[in-house]
Amino acid sequence: MSSNNDSISKTLIVVISLCLVCAVIVSTAAVQLRPQQTANKLLDSQKNVLAVTGLLSGSNINELYSKHIAERFVDLETGDLVDKPKDYDYRKAMKDPATSTRLAGEEDIASIKSRANIAPVYFAYENGVESGELSAIVLPIHGYGLWSTMHAFLALGADGSTIKGLNYYEQGETAGLGGEVQNPKWVAQFEGKKLLDKSGEPAIKVVKPGNASADSAFEVDGLSGATLTSNGVQHTFDFWAGAKGFAPFLTKVREGALNNG
Amino acid sequence: MANAKEIKSVLFGPLLANNPIALQVLGICSALAVTTKMDKALVMCIALTLVTAFSNFFISLIRNHIPSSVRIIVQMTIIASLVIVVDQLLKAFAYDVAKELSVFVGLIITNCIVMGRAEAFAMKSAPGISFLDGIGNGLGYSFVLMTVAFIRELGGSGTLFGVEIMPLVKDGGWYQPMGLLLMPPSAFIIIAGFIWVLRTFRTEQVEKA
Repeated sequence: MSSNNDSISKTLIVVISLCLVCAVIVSTAAVQLRPQQTANKLLDSQKNVLAVTGLLSGSNINELYSKHIAERFVDLETGDLVDKPKDYDYRKAMKDPATSTRLAGEEDIASIKSRANIAPVYFAYENGVESGELSAIVLPIHGYGLWSTMHAFLALGADGSTIKGLNYYEQGETAGLGGEVQNPKWVAQFEGKKLLDKSGEPAIKVVKPGNASADSAFEVDGLSGATLTSNGVQHTFDFWAGAKGFAPFLTKVREGALNNG
Repeated sequence: MANAKEIKSVLFGPLLANNPIALQVLGICSALAVTTKMDKALVMCIALTLVTAFSNFFISLIRNHIPSSVRIIVQMTIIASLVIVVDQLLKAFAYDVAKELSVFVGLIITNCIVMGRAEAFAMKSAPGISFLDGIGNGLGYSFVLMTVAFIRELGGSGTLFGVEIMPLVKDGGWYQPMGLLLMPPSAFIIIAGFIWVLRTFRTEQVEKA
């Protein structure tokens, strides 16, 4: 290396031009690929919604989705359906202080720190949206497990309590142990259970593996070797079925408010 | 351009004779994190090999103009840019895998193999041979990673590339999976075993006590 390379002017020229070239390459890649990435994300979320309602068949997800699913928005405080907020992004909304509510100490059952004021829900129509026969309501839920925030879709029957499906689509738990929350065989246990008891309180109980009684409407087996992840699932259900979660909305569902809307 | 023999040694030397993980003990971090499933490990290997090869190439291309006072930063900038591009490509074209690998693609930036090869080889060699050196070291890394992932996925989940090989007890089969293999520490044990076997056959790699 010649000493010329180490002069201040040469150093500056090399560093600045390198930065420019790299910046151009990186931003070109980011801008060029963004549409594809957004499409992937949307497709992925649509696929997950369809999967949890059991309507996922065939490969044309866009078409299936627009045929069967209607996306609506709920004000979690009141439980009323509201119009879609402008430029809405649920993941951003749940963190932004302007569009979310901080959860203090005991309220924060699922360890998520804050929750969005307005959450999306998905109405599923088995015979197509225009038939108007609501077959399931899909709620997005999330809560902290052992290592990560676990995101899931929960499908409820039109009565707002009978579980029709559960689909953990994003989690970072220990593969093979806590990661088994994604196992279709495990989540299948939830089908047919009741989210809420007669008085409308959260009722799902994740019990020690092997101890769930088959005729209980509320008990499911936890994951063996993953007690903390199982607790996380329990807390997620407790929170989102509770007063700070979807309880006000689900009460309205049971009272038949959806028939008018 | 170098002759055929040199190309061969640069390309295949890092597989066994000069393996970046087993002999140089570089890049262990990601070997622990992404080896629970073979498909994940494979994508990681491809990503790392490409980044190492291209970073070596570009750094070698401008090696005569890099001021020595800021050479590490210059290398980092090039590596970081390449990693971001790879990450973006994965998100656009292999979304499912990208989601699982999440942060680990970004962490290629801190993978010691990339920096190590840039500093040790690309700074004093021609672009062509540097590129091959990157591919070679990527292959060496991939070889170890895939071996570890093979053992961990087969023993820990009874599957290979997600295809069931040994039906698990909990799914009504006969195989009781070994939970330890799914935990990061098991990768240490497997890599140590790998190094032991390698050094048993290639005694020249054993350090003098």
